[in-house]
Amino acid sequence: MTFEPEPFAERPALVPPLAAAPPLEVQRAQEERLLNVWKSPAGWRYWSDVNNTSVGLWYLVTTCGFFLFGGILALIIRVQLAVPNNDFVSANTYHQVFTLHGSVMMFLFAVPILEAFSVYILPAMTGARDLPFPRLSAYGFWCFLFGGVFVCISIFFNMAPRGGWFMYPPLTTAYQQDVGADIWLLGLTFIEISSLALAVELIVGVLKCRPPGMRVNLMPLYAWYILVVAVMIVFAFPPLIAGDVLLEMERAFDWPFFDPARGGDPLLWQHLFWIFGHPEVYIVFLPSVALVAMIVPTFARRPLIGYGWIVLAAVGTGFLSFGLWVHHMFTTGLPGITLALFSAASQAVAVPTGVQIFCFLATVMAGRVAWSAAMMFIVGGLATFIIGGLTGVMIALVPFDFQAHDSYFIVGHLHYVLVGGTIFPIVGGIYYYYPLARSKALSERLGKTAFWLMTIGFNITFFPMHITGLWGMPRRVYTYAAGRGFEELNLLSTVGAFVLASGFAIVLWDILRPKRKQPLIKRNPWNAGTLDWAGRVPTMNWGIRSIPEIDGRYPLWEQPNLLRDIDEGRYFLPDAEEGLRETLVTSVIDARPEQCLRVAGPSYMPFIAAAFTAGFFILATFYYWLLATTSGIAAVVMLIAWAWRGTGAIPEKRAKDIGLGVTLPLYRSGPASVGWWAMFITMLGDFTAFMSLVFGYFFYWTSRDGFPPDPLTGPGTFWPLVGGGLLLAAWVATVVARYANRRERAAGMYMALLVAVVLALAGSLALFAGPWTTGLNPTEHVYPATVWVLVGWTILHVLLGVLMLVFCAARRAAGKLTSEYDADIVNVLLYWHFLALTAAITVAVVAGFPLVA
Amino acid sequence: MNATFDPHAEHAGHRTHESNQSLWLLVIAPTIWATHFLASYVTAAVYCAKFAPADGSLATVRWAIAGYTIAALIGIAVTAWFGWRRQRYGTPEDVHIDTPLVRHRFLGTATLLLSMLSTVATLYTAMTVIFLGDCS
Repeated sequence: MTFEPEPFAERPALVPPLAAAPPLEVQRAQEERLLNVWKSPAGWRYWSDVNNTSVGLWYLVTTCGFFLFGGILALIIRVQLAVPNNDFVSANTYHQVFTLHGSVMMFLFAVPILEAFSVYILPAMTGARDLPFPRLSAYGFWCFLFGGVFVCISIFFNMAPRGGWFMYPPLTTAYQQDVGADIWLLGLTFIEISSLALAVELIVGVLKCRPPGMRVNLMPLYAWYILVVAVMIVFAFPPLIAGDVLLEMERAFDWPFFDPARGGDPLLWQHLFWIFGHPEVYIVFLPSVALVAMIVPTFARRPLIGYGWIVLAAVGTGFLSFGLWVHHMFTTGLPGITLALFSAASQAVAVPTGVQIFCFLATVMAGRVAWSAAMMFIVGGLATFIIGGLTGVMIALVPFDFQAHDSYFIVGHLHYVLVGGTIFPIVGGIYYYYPLARSKALSERLGKTAFWLMTIGFNITFFPMHITGLWGMPRRVYTYAAGRGFEELNLLSTVGAFVLASGFAIVLWDILRPKRKQPLIKRNPWNAGTLDWAGRVPTMNWGIRSIPEIDGRYPLWEQPNLLRDIDEGRYFLPDAEEGLRETLVTSVIDARPEQCLRVAGPSYMPFIAAAFTAGFFILATFYYWLLATTSGIAAVVMLIAWAWRGTGAIPEKRAKDIGLGVTLPLYRSGPASVGWWAMFITMLGDFTAFMSLVFGYFFYWTSRDGFPPDPLTGPGTFWPLVGGGLLLAAWVATVVARYANRRERAAGMYMALLVAVVLALAGSLALFAGPWTTGLNPTEHVYPATVWVLVGWTILHVLLGVLMLVFCAARRAAGKLTSEYDADIVNVLLYWHFLALTAAITVAVVAGFPLVA
Repeated sequence: MNATFDPHAEHAGHRTHESNQSLWLLVIAPTIWATHFLASYVTAAVYCAKFAPADGSLATVRWAIAGYTIAALIGIAVTAWFGWRRQRYGTPEDVHIDTPLVRHRFLGTATLLLSMLSTVATLYTAMTVIFLGDCS
């Protein structure tokens, strides 16, 4: 175990704050300017706000709303199953209810609430005034709200998806032709995009927006976990998006990806779904552990033991969780060796998961624990999670899984993992952080009552399911016959579910009950050591009064007079002289200040862009193609307007004094800028989706004979090679444009951009000509469909790339892009690097692979 | 950028200086595990689907995975050695103090720990072909 500092050891400051506070009237004037800049718009304009505290709050409230909805669905399930042969709901309704329950809890609650928490508290924890792209958070939120409501209300029209939360074809293609599966596919794809947007935001927030001096070894563990989780989202969600594209293409246009009669294979969906679905479990679990890692030290009143081991656990779990997906597919008839490999990885992931739990236990044992409601939820959650983890190790064993697969044993297991690993810590987190957001405390008494009701209710509900499962009760049945021994245990589960629900009702009441007469909390009410508790009471919109230099993991415990110095503006950025929202950008490893970043203020653009994006997906669900396309184009136009008006503004001066003798540039481009990182991360995700489609191509090759067909039908080698060559040439022209711009050769730059646009369009046409001239018909067989999907994906990206080139030319013409302030074209070039790679792989696969196969 | 921001920082050529550090170091060993895992999986899956002899014998795959495993373990060992050297770098000093050296050693420790975990996970993967001999 690594050595840990003694609690409360004082640390010498590397950069001392101002020796004396600025005069009182200066402080007042600074505060007034800061408040003015950061205040939320009043009245109905409040909804144009983009500040992380507003968006984070909306997010939290919305996810909790979806949680309640999902919870009511769960109660309907339990009422239906309380007695045998029940007809409380019909089979059809029951299928909609359980599908929506699973989908809502996973996609509309578990993932987004953890992102919501992070949007709210990450900037507080890292002494940032806001996240680097506030409007992106707002866009993500609005997309999430529209998409989520769309999916949820479908049940009131008897149109909800009913294929289970993993939507297996051919059930969802050949046997459920109604609109339900489309609502699932399009509604949730669109929410996945908003999750990805937030992942980008959080990665950049953790890596580049920490307070000066907060080295990687001093970051709150929450930040480590969120970093790992956000990176996992970037690699896990795209395969599902790719799968959604394929499944929707089959449903809407009859491209036979999952139809065995025409060469397709339903197992591909299972692969793509679970490459997402298993990391997903850790994506919802790790942020909850992150909350545990913040709450345990506070109530144990000592630093967490084993910081380095927790980092090991977070990073290790993040990696290993991608090697588990086939353990959901043990009964699909894959070769034994494949099952064994995934079983082995499933056992291995228990190692890092266990390591972090031992760190928490050690901290609890070494400290003097104060048993608050928050702490009880944390400890109760961990205990519950461990039971779920142990049954998880059981079903990771192939022979046991053969027996338990698709039975209620699985239902019991997954609820122990998710409720123990995610929901209990979240409720603990709500009790812990509520005072931070609202400056009032929740009731300890109500919290503890709720804890006992929930713990008892939970175990009464879900423990019997292990037994009913082993006795043979399959999951997802709307009723069961009497006389098989299921009656008593099911009734018990139903009773437990209502006890559990009463616990949630108490929590809900505690949050909603009027607290006007209740006194404000004292500042840092739990005596926590991390920077998230440095805020004033009542909460100020400015985030932090001045951004301190950090010397330890628990600055509030270790740095003397820290709060006073923050409050009196003795640290960095104590003022907003120019009336603009500003925060610091620092280096990745040691958090040395690199830039004073101007972040965007309130705007309706994210809302409008999200509304049109929603319009596209929702209208497409009902095949209103014309309206959907119009809405999609409007969304693109809106996004361009947003990029034009809201990003990459040239500052009025090069650099700014942020206090304490440090002067920082106001504009950076390339890898030093946050925008470049956002583009890089987005493109990693995009490229992962593309590689998932490529995986599909090779999957068909291994799983089906006659893929590629013999003799080969298309797309030939000539047109794909011409297309690939032209696109690579367009990429070279983009590189030239970027250098011409830097050398201040405007004419050369415009010329190069024009050449790039022409080559790119010609390249797309040539790429299109490959399958077109050879007469590949995508509805005939899976081979032409797969070729068309790869080609179509590439062409769509080329068109986006062309838009970006035109955008750069226009920016240069308008004087918004110069040789010095060139972030736009550098980021576009980064996009084109990925595009060139995509084009090269597409050509190599569709034209090259049939030659060697 | 203010050069005097961190008074404890050494000059840029120094081994513990920020410019000589990277978070990528942490992910090398797990990435080797992932590559090994994926290579083993793809080899076995493609072999069983396309090239297996009539009796489904895995002999070829066993040798391939043995080779991957040796390569992966060597790679992880080298990474671990880098981590170990970092962890031991400098003279023992008061680790309470926030210095670049402490951070340097922390990154070393984390690299070493992740290498250990990756070794375990790689061995788990390799063990499968000890027990399974055919494609059934």
